[in-house]
Amino acid sequence: MTMLSDRQQLSYIASQAADARLNVELETEGMTLNIGPQHPATHGTLRIICRLDGEQVVWAEPSAGYMHRGYEKLTEVRTFPQVTTLINRIDWLGSFANEVPFILAAEKLMEIEAPPRAQVIRTILFELSRIANVSLFLGDLGVQMGAITPVFLAFRDREYVLNLIEGATGGRFHPNFDRIGGLKDDLPKGWIDETRQVMIKLQQFCDTIEDLLFGNEIFQSRMRGIGIIPADIAKSYGLSGANLRASGIDYDLRRDQELPMAWDKADWRVWTHPDGDSFARCWVRLQETRESCKIVEQLLDQIPAGPIMTKVPRIIKVPEGEAWVATENPLGEMGYYVVSKGDLGPFRVKIRSASFNNISVVPWALKGVYVPDVITILASLYFILGDIDR
Amino acid sequence: MGLVDRGRMPAPLTKLFNMSRSYSLWVYQWGLACCAIEMGAAFGSPRYDVMRLGVIPLPASPRQADFVCISGTVTDKMAPAIKRLWEQMPEPKYSISMGSCANCGGPYWDSYSVTKGVDQIIPIDVYVPGCPPRPEALLEGVVLLQQRIKNEDMAAKWRGDEYRNNRREYEVDDGGYRTHGVSGDPIPSNVPPREPIVVGGGPIE
Repeated sequence: MTMLSDRQQLSYIASQAADARLNVELETEGMTLNIGPQHPATHGTLRIICRLDGEQVVWAEPSAGYMHRGYEKLTEVRTFPQVTTLINRIDWLGSFANEVPFILAAEKLMEIEAPPRAQVIRTILFELSRIANVSLFLGDLGVQMGAITPVFLAFRDREYVLNLIEGATGGRFHPNFDRIGGLKDDLPKGWIDETRQVMIKLQQFCDTIEDLLFGNEIFQSRMRGIGIIPADIAKSYGLSGANLRASGIDYDLRRDQELPMAWDKADWRVWTHPDGDSFARCWVRLQETRESCKIVEQLLDQIPAGPIMTKVPRIIKVPEGEAWVATENPLGEMGYYVVSKGDLGPFRVKIRSASFNNISVVPWALKGVYVPDVITILASLYFILGDIDR
Repeated sequence: MGLVDRGRMPAPLTKLFNMSRSYSLWVYQWGLACCAIEMGAAFGSPRYDVMRLGVIPLPASPRQADFVCISGTVTDKMAPAIKRLWEQMPEPKYSISMGSCANCGGPYWDSYSVTKGVDQIIPIDVYVPGCPPRPEALLEGVVLLQQRIKNEDMAAKWRGDEYRNNRREYEVDDGGYRTHGVSGDPIPSNVPPREPIVVGGGPIE
């Protein structure tokens, strides 16, 4: 500590006293700010109750349940093939990816495996739904900060991917294409060539977004160093997906798990970022979109010939047992714990959806931030309401 | 407008007003679930571009909006908020219910937490069926709503008769009873209630 002269000490004490007086004069009462349940920045119907001290959030609590549709109860009164119709709608942006873990769990209980062709096509559609999901996130990111252009670009280029999914499955949003033991149909003619062209377009879209948004000075100043989630906090709150990888933890269920899918046939890498701030989370998602394009491009060359369905009985009865399968969905780790009693439908299904755990960190992450940063932190955490409330 | 509040308005003026109203609709986007993304694609994307129909998709608050597009699953927890925002909207106001969930519950017909149809809470003008409907279907719903607004009797709406007065149907039914110059005549008791419009014309599912 440096020695101060008397004069300096006096002026220091005077300034402290002036500050204290000013603080007393400017002291404001606490205010409760309610964001939602219908707010464009909450991606649906999340409600966040913030207590503010001036411009700073001192306490925040997400109030979920505005989109609760009772999936876990509804699965108990549906048959196994009917359940896929419902669970498409959990994370509505990446629908096909929701079906896969449930179907894999049912297949695990029945001790069957989809043929190699079906596995590769499943993986391609899984990655396409990831691209459809994350590309909308990348566009929406700009809207949260007042930039309208990226969302138009995102909607434009997302339509190409939706056209592909529609061409293969018949549904733009909810394909309901996965069956226990394989797939409903084979790919249509000309689909593979078209997909190659669309993947080039999507990579160009990623480049555009990187130039337009990630290189933008306003974007960087509002994202860098904001909403930092350290690795230990991320682990203890159970974050998954890009939120976890942006905190520097190298964990991806596509790579770290043995599943009857075709991710290991492609050459791709898992991106992480050491910073753990809002920018890192968005950047990791951008890189993942590129990796997904690469995976699709490589797998298109490797689709083996053969059937797309194994032999399954016409009326599917899943034998008694319990199975847990989780995959790396666009939003993070999504898993189904399926309990079957040998009936037509599951006895109980526990759905572990990524967004529920991802927003559980919101009270921690929002403590002490300024009100405008609330929106960017929520945007970068990236949740989908159906995935939170189910 | 003095003419409107007195419940009398000349037909040419009504026509002019209706046309201007139908091509400057401000829509409040009430995105709830999956349909919200298709609504975003219809209202905010360059491919579908709802502004060419004269619909402005981004009002800052429901108090500036002319119609609300309720898209997605309405849960019992959300229903009071919908009612409250509907009541904040100024008259004349219209509503589109988009998707099976908002129409009747859709795939959650047996769920304990889903409101089976938003028409239990607010009156609905146009139903767009589908799960989710394509953006084109929503645009057709918007066009049908514009047709309804064009055929509307503003003075009758002011008197609160709008839900049992559909001018065009009425003209057909009663042999031109109401086709003379001034609208706002007393409505006979045999006027049918205003029918909801369903895109595609089928049942509300």
